[in-house]
Amino acid sequence: MVIFWVSVLALSILLYVLLDGFDLGVGILFGLTRDDGRRHALMSAVAPVWDGNETWLVVAGVVLWGAFPVVYATLFSALYLPLLLMLAGLILRGVAFEFRHKTRRLRWVWDAAFSGGSIVAAFMQGMMVGALVEGLPMSHGEYSGGEFGWLSPFTVICGVGLSLGYTLLGACWLIRKCDAEVRASAYRLIPYLSLALLVFFVTVFVYALSEHLRVMGRWFERPYLFAFPLVAATAAIVLAASVRHRRDGPPFYMGALIFAAAFGTFAATFWPYMIPFSITVDQAAAPHSSLAFMFWGEGLFVLPLMLIYTAISYRVFRGKVQSDPHHD
Amino acid sequence: MNVTALLLSRLQFAFTISFHIIFPSFTIGLAAWLTVLEALHLRTGRQVYRVLFEFWLKIFGVAFGLGVVSGIVMGFQFGTNWSVLSRMSGPIQGPLLSYETFTAFYLEASFFGILLFGRSRVPPWFYLFSTAMVALGTTLSAFWIMANNSWMQAPVGYVIQNGMFVPNDWLKIIFSPVLWVRFPHMLLASYITGAFCVAATGAWYALRGVFSAEARIMLRMGLYLAALLVPMQIVFGHLTGDYVHDYQPAKFAAIEGRWHDEQPASEVLLAIPDSASESNKYAISVPVLGSLIGSMSLHSKEVGLTDFPRANRPPVVIPFFAFRVMVGCGLAMLLLAWVGTYLSRKGRIEQSRLLLWLTFLSFPLPFIATLTGWFTAEVGRQPWTVYGLLRTADSVTPFLTARTALTSLIVYCAVYTFIFAFGIFYIYRLLRAGPVGGVLVQPAGATPARPMSIVDEVPAASAGDVPTAMHPVTWTK
Repeated sequence: MVIFWVSVLALSILLYVLLDGFDLGVGILFGLTRDDGRRHALMSAVAPVWDGNETWLVVAGVVLWGAFPVVYATLFSALYLPLLLMLAGLILRGVAFEFRHKTRRLRWVWDAAFSGGSIVAAFMQGMMVGALVEGLPMSHGEYSGGEFGWLSPFTVICGVGLSLGYTLLGACWLIRKCDAEVRASAYRLIPYLSLALLVFFVTVFVYALSEHLRVMGRWFERPYLFAFPLVAATAAIVLAASVRHRRDGPPFYMGALIFAAAFGTFAATFWPYMIPFSITVDQAAAPHSSLAFMFWGEGLFVLPLMLIYTAISYRVFRGKVQSDPHHD
Repeated sequence: MNVTALLLSRLQFAFTISFHIIFPSFTIGLAAWLTVLEALHLRTGRQVYRVLFEFWLKIFGVAFGLGVVSGIVMGFQFGTNWSVLSRMSGPIQGPLLSYETFTAFYLEASFFGILLFGRSRVPPWFYLFSTAMVALGTTLSAFWIMANNSWMQAPVGYVIQNGMFVPNDWLKIIFSPVLWVRFPHMLLASYITGAFCVAATGAWYALRGVFSAEARIMLRMGLYLAALLVPMQIVFGHLTGDYVHDYQPAKFAAIEGRWHDEQPASEVLLAIPDSASESNKYAISVPVLGSLIGSMSLHSKEVGLTDFPRANRPPVVIPFFAFRVMVGCGLAMLLLAWVGTYLSRKGRIEQSRLLLWLTFLSFPLPFIATLTGWFTAEVGRQPWTVYGLLRTADSVTPFLTARTALTSLIVYCAVYTFIFAFGIFYIYRLLRAGPVGGVLVQPAGATPARPMSIVDEVPAASAGDVPTAMHPVTWTK
């Protein structure tokens, strides 16, 4: 039961990161262009799916609460401010999808809300991941870091890193979904983004070594962890090749694979800890009666339906978005 | 009063949940109304039902979207501000709320998509079925939320182990008698909200002399439905009062404004309760009625607040007045619905401008009643979060500082005010425009996942090719 719910949690977080990742990335790219036609194309590329993507965050949240209440309580209260800003960002960018079309005069407000909200949400998520990797200040199973215990140069770097990663994923998505100028500029951007991401990985690695982060020790205890970077490196090579040959299909999958490898690295490194090096999966798990109640209804029946539903909606919206003939 | 993280967290919860509840209580009723309209359209074949359906579907879309957006915050807030509560009651509250996300989301999202796109692609009976499934989704959502709240009000089916509430009997939790009077009470509140909003819209058009066929139907159906439902709601309200009487005597005494034990007890109709002197000022009361309401008896002894230590008493002023405002709204709605129904049976309703004005102006009443009802329930259960077991003061995140809590309160207030001001303006604009243009052309940009997009005015030329290409680029200007 515990393993089942850990897997559901991992799956919903991974789906969230991959799916909302690319649409947050598109939101960040949105801020880089002033041209209304391009902005329009960018928004259209994610408009049909963003809301469904974000639902996986809510799913992850409630599964965490129901199945691992200790982690839910500890983590969310510790990450109070980054969560607040992330939610504010997500709300503002979410309503911008609708509201920017209801006004001409105030469109700039919603455009700013869209790109600003996307950046803030991505950055905060990166910082939170960074705080987990670095290790939240904990004593006796309780968070003890105060208001800004999650803030450090390392977490700021991670915030930048995840924003870059999402932007890369967003650019790969645009290649799939768009034509003409938008696709061309996404192709031009990918090498720079990849390079920046590489710099980020090196920085994180050096920082982790120099600060003797406990995470590093795990790599010597568990040599199989090296498989993940290997997968990521292979994906990066395929990504580079398809960008070179301008093949629209593979880049997004390769970007997703890099993310999945990074996610797998975290999961395998920290296992069996949920809050690294202080709370394990078994310590955090809700009583059997709670897990079983969730399993026999939502786990066994509703979850498969939700996955099918997600797959269907992506199938319905497959293919390139067409340019808008009525564009103003 | 000291401005503490506890007080600020309570204010924040009260603010965000009050803002949130406005939208679900509206959409649950609207979804049911849409189902009725579609069923009537199918049965009678009259176009006017179809026009009304498409019109209210647009309004449903905006209200639904705002409800979703404001609901996300709720799921996080338990963890951020109430970490002790969410750790202790997580094994019970977590599964209940996860069921809400799983079941309600799935039904609403998939079938709402069919409402938006499926008209030409599914048989009529299936379209009606989809409408009913959306209504079921909103209802299920309300059920799980009420299950969660009712467990906190009257905890059952648990044992305490390692400082956690461990569920040992889910049947008791799901079939708690408290839940099964409070859930219908909330559901009826939503239906009445829908009925009054529909009737008020009809009255508005009738006063302006526009859309007379639609106005007629909305006015009649809204008022008839309300005339039936409001009396039922009063019965369920009374049953809800009975559970409070039995399970939460301190809350009951606060609502009644009863400071000392009385036998037989009188009923305070109006007064200004004063906690310092533990008495009421300017009280208007009716002898014996208190015993009758509390225990259905002429002689029963009814409990006063002074039976409870001060630390276990709820604040009195808010539940006392909120309850009376709720009842007042309920009685006003009853009167309006009955007089309106009577006039409409006599065929004189369109001539009675006074009644039309009153109906038009009545649309805030159900919202006020719902909010004040919740204020009564939630303030009245203080000082507990899990009634009798966990105090509010002990539920809050222990290391939360007042400064952090104030920051989040300000951010939420600013963001909510900003987006809801726009959202409500768009709903107003839709209502003012009315059911124009007959049957809506399905906008290509609208998607099941983006309910609010249906509101955009799509040029018909770009919306014609929906079936094969739900290409989202045909955005609207």
